[in-house]
Amino acid sequence: MTSHTDGPVLVMMSGGVDSSVAAALLLNAGHEVVGVTMKLWGGPSDTGCCAVSDVDDARRVADRLGIEHHVFNFGDDFERKVVAPYVDDHASGRTPNPCIECNRHLKFDRLVRRADALGFDRIASGHHARVVDTPSGPRLARGVDDAKDQSYVLHVIDESVLRRLLLPVGMMTKTEVRAVAADLDLRTATKPESQDVCFITNEHGRKSFLGDRIPLRSARVQNSNGDEVGRVESVELVTIGQRKGLGLVGGTDPRYVLDIDAGRGRQPVVTVGEKADLAVDHTPLETWRWVGETLDDRELSFQCSAHGSPEPGRVIDGRVEWAVPHRRIALGQSVVAYDAQGCVVGGGVAGRLPL
Amino acid sequence: MVTIERHEAPEVYLDHAASTPLRAEARSAWLEASERHHANPTGSHRAARAARRALDDARDDLAALLDRSPTEVVFTSGGSEADNMAIRGVLHDRGGTAVCSAGEHHAVLEPVEHAGGITVALEADGSVSPDRLADVLRAEESVSVVSIMTVNNETGVINDIPGLVDVTRACAPSAVFHTDAVQAMSWLDLRTHVASADLVSITGHKIGGPVGIGALLMGDGVVLDPLILGGGQERGRRAGTPDVAGALAFTAAAVAADAERPESVKRLGALRDRLINGLRSQLGDQMMVTVLDGGAPVAAGIAHVIFCDLEAEALLFLLDAAGLHAAAASSCSSGAQDPSHVLAAMGIDRMVAQGSLRLSLGHTTTDADIDAALAIIPPAVQRLTACGGG
Repeated sequence: MTSHTDGPVLVMMSGGVDSSVAAALLLNAGHEVVGVTMKLWGGPSDTGCCAVSDVDDARRVADRLGIEHHVFNFGDDFERKVVAPYVDDHASGRTPNPCIECNRHLKFDRLVRRADALGFDRIASGHHARVVDTPSGPRLARGVDDAKDQSYVLHVIDESVLRRLLLPVGMMTKTEVRAVAADLDLRTATKPESQDVCFITNEHGRKSFLGDRIPLRSARVQNSNGDEVGRVESVELVTIGQRKGLGLVGGTDPRYVLDIDAGRGRQPVVTVGEKADLAVDHTPLETWRWVGETLDDRELSFQCSAHGSPEPGRVIDGRVEWAVPHRRIALGQSVVAYDAQGCVVGGGVAGRLPL
Repeated sequence: MVTIERHEAPEVYLDHAASTPLRAEARSAWLEASERHHANPTGSHRAARAARRALDDARDDLAALLDRSPTEVVFTSGGSEADNMAIRGVLHDRGGTAVCSAGEHHAVLEPVEHAGGITVALEADGSVSPDRLADVLRAEESVSVVSIMTVNNETGVINDIPGLVDVTRACAPSAVFHTDAVQAMSWLDLRTHVASADLVSITGHKIGGPVGIGALLMGDGVVLDPLILGGGQERGRRAGTPDVAGALAFTAAAVAADAERPESVKRLGALRDRLINGLRSQLGDQMMVTVLDGGAPVAAGIAHVIFCDLEAEALLFLLDAAGLHAAAASSCSSGAQDPSHVLAAMGIDRMVAQGSLRLSLGHTTTDADIDAALAIIPPAVQRLTACGGG
């Protein structure tokens, strides 16, 4: 953890076990702790945070710990910065990660500004990641529990925020977190994890959500020669590497989505190919930002999805050159670079790789 | 760095419109009745009959206080139940369309909207215009119930209930007129102000009675389908074991509030004006006085203001930390602040409405509370303004 000064800590409490334990550990370490639950999504939810029952859990854990708890309604910001871009991205054939955008704009920006206004110089959360001090400043590093590490979705946190951020459960395994919660008799000790996008319900799904907001467009499915081999009902729901639901005739070898052209105003086209065609030697980067020093041409490891395994490569001329062939990355997916110590050293967004 | 000194801060309670402290008269009435009347008043034995007598005494006293007949008083669990009973009870009984103002409490608004009813926009001054209501009633033939609140719970604006009832009688003669007078009892004489309404909702905890007891006043001849079926209590209009102690405490609070009203309207109105003027002189253009300058009459104890370019949620946090308890718009079930539908109905922009603050005074409010509020609020507003609004 970074060095701290005296003063209260604002800890984000989602109503889950990790943030419950984070609050408890900070309190135990002698901090003055105030809990906050952000109300982000006002619509129906059966998957993630923001449900009234989660707010209740956060509040009751705070009561149990004897700390103050508040609820901040950032619903308008969430709609503008997360939900609307999520819908737009799908409309243009991209594969967004709304959790990353929520971290970027809400948890580690909007809330930080609120914390400033209210006089908190430090904030905390229950994410599985660590903030480590390096000679060139604080860096975000992987949490010690590999299976739960969330550094990928947190890579967007600005250095100025890292400097004041406390991530107390980053040093623990999930098993240890649950043990602490059970030990303290917190009601969230055995609560299942939220995994999915909080504003997409399991009951109705992504198709229904997007369909309520944008017209879903059918697409022609073609092979790499341009021959039509099937159709999909909504191009917005197709992702790179997808194998099922492409309306292909049976009997052939499995086909995978290699490319999506959802260009507005044109007939959307999905191109499929064999599994071998999914492997590429590089991934173009639409955007890229080094955290500290520029590490072009340096061997690093790159992670391209929340639970993807890191693979070796180098950033050269605005693209990742893979050490060994890598599966195609969908346009819009985040690519995060780590050094050998597991620190985030860079991050950006994958561009579209032409066939 | 502001230290948050929650525990040492004095408590300044300016949220009486949400709930006001229990009056001594109500407390002793409740304690005495709950000791004495353990029996169910629907029973036939001596103890039950005593409880029944106490309940009906409370009903008689409340009715007398409000210039109604005892048969008109139906005890409920509070204002929300009374509102639901009025709107849904009429609709279930005779169908038709419900009409209410867009600034009603959610206990009216939701039943009306749920039944596909019509809402009438508020005027810029926060009131409901009889002319605008007339236009709606003339355009819609099937109106069976009209509901307009007596005093708005956010802004404190007082509606012209006699005028609105007249318009309803003229334009929709068969419609029942309901008013949610939950916020009004401390500030207005309901004997006159809502005398012509067919249905009136009132509740205990806004006037110093306990939470969990209220009443729907039902004019003779008004028929409702009951919301709660069961043992036929309250003349078949509201089933459930009657809350004898609650009814006595509610009535005791109502009597006390009524007795002190002329004096407290004067006293609290002066304190409210001192609060507003004090804030205005310290904050100038950073603050907008929402309805007090607008022309519509406003209940004496409610001060509604809007601070420019700041978020009430952040302001409430700082005020709370300093020991001042106030409110913004209505809070949603999670405890977060939702944008105010009342201000929206007045045509106030959603972004502007984010800076709203309701300071509501009540029977325990003192000069010292106002001094404290004037010392706490301006620096908190200045701090947030300096930080980009919070």
